[in-house]
Amino acid sequence: MLQINGLTAGYGPVTILRDLSFQAAAGQVTCIMGRNGAGKSTLMKAIMGLVPAQSGQIALLGQPLHRLPAHKVPLQGVAYVPQGRRLFGPLTVGENIDVGLLARNGGAKTRNFVLDLFPRLRERLDQTASTLSGGEQQMLAIARALCLEPKVLLLDEPTEGLQPSMIALIRDTVLKLRETGLATVLVEQRVESVLRMADQVAFMAHGRVEAQVSVTDLRPDSTLFRQFVGV
Amino acid sequence: MAAVLALTAVGLSLVFGVMRVVNVAHGEFFMLGAVLAWFVTYYLPLPPAFAWLAALIIAPLIVAGIAALADVLVLKRLHHDPEATIVATIGLLYMLQQAALTFYGPDARPVAAPFEWRIQLPWFGYSGYKLFVVLAAGLILWGVWAFMTRTKAGLVMRATQVDRDIARSFGINVDRVYAGTFAFGAALAAMAAVLIVPIQQAHYLMGHDPLLLSFIVVIIGGLGSLRGTLIAALVIGLSDGIISMFFSPTLAKIIATLLVALVLVFRPQGLFGAKA
Repeated sequence: MLQINGLTAGYGPVTILRDLSFQAAAGQVTCIMGRNGAGKSTLMKAIMGLVPAQSGQIALLGQPLHRLPAHKVPLQGVAYVPQGRRLFGPLTVGENIDVGLLARNGGAKTRNFVLDLFPRLRERLDQTASTLSGGEQQMLAIARALCLEPKVLLLDEPTEGLQPSMIALIRDTVLKLRETGLATVLVEQRVESVLRMADQVAFMAHGRVEAQVSVTDLRPDSTLFRQFVGV
Repeated sequence: MAAVLALTAVGLSLVFGVMRVVNVAHGEFFMLGAVLAWFVTYYLPLPPAFAWLAALIIAPLIVAGIAALADVLVLKRLHHDPEATIVATIGLLYMLQQAALTFYGPDARPVAAPFEWRIQLPWFGYSGYKLFVVLAAGLILWGVWAFMTRTKAGLVMRATQVDRDIARSFGINVDRVYAGTFAFGAALAAMAAVLIVPIQQAHYLMGHDPLLLSFIVVIIGGLGSLRGTLIAALVIGLSDGIISMFFSPTLAKIIATLLVALVLVFRPQGLFGAKA
């Protein structure tokens, strides 16, 4: 579904991603692992058009994304949950969801779908987003992204800094979404979470995907984890 | 004075809040509004009230168009970089000022008030038009508040204000939002000018005072804070008027500038602004 070939991208003169190739399939969770500075978050931003591609191709169902301005990428069916959530903090929960619904003119059906997925948000629609707990903020960040009715969902470290019950909830949500046929690309550092959620795991180092393997080929003590994550 | 100042300052505050651009040319958009109001009322063969009403619509539209063009041709090319746009808007200030001097001339020219009516009380009289200005400015400010809080366009502007990259990730065309915000801010300044020009006269250098006072207001109120801007405009506008009348206009400016210095020292984010 999402295909990246020979992607080179970076910030101004600084190149971060070098000749990177990667793919994510529909109805699968593809985890991206790698040490700090490997380029995981930059890859997410490059897919969204927030970091310009210097060369290479990014395509969704054969349609090129890399030539589109950033604001047109979500319209093609890619949604992004950034690291640190980056909610519209001063806006209410309801308004954050409304921003998500704007792009595709999503209506009550989509709104109800995301609020049914996270019922706690329904109780806090008028609450300012910045006053939510970390877990609730993560729910809102995912709900806001799902309002775009995406074909591909990019999640950058969604469980970072969350308590175990919230991590379990986010994990269950990702698995539930997989059943709807959504392609999920997930940056994750916890080996246990990866082994529970992923269908595919891509290991990154120095701006490249060095290996992309099926999760069935991995065990908690696999050398790939030691080599690319250091655990 | 306070009401018109609030309108002008809200325009400046919106532009800074959403775009992070300190628009040094904001006073010139005010001046253009007044000058265009003179052109419209002078050349349109209509009774004063209708001509003025036409000016209230036409002048802000033209000024908004000029501002949008300036954003697309100048500020966008600078990627709306906060420092570079300060220099660019200083350039824009002189261009607009010199254009007004060339096409309008150096004279201050009066614009007829839409109506002449005086409220006569037993102990003093008061201009009915000035009261109308307060009401009209209040109505426009309420409209701005309603626009920002109750419409999709307002929601898009507020989302862009918080995080422009994430706004892009939700399909928001940030360049268009910026051009619209710059135009909207300029239109508010022009509206303020059309309201005040029957009291003040139109002159090509009249943009300086509104710019200075608007900066004072938005710094005290908190850059980007609509509520803070309104409250600070009321305080500065009223105190400027009272001190100017009973003491001197210079003393009024000195006190306002001192207030800004105190705010910058003790509460740099302004009275109602959020910490960076």
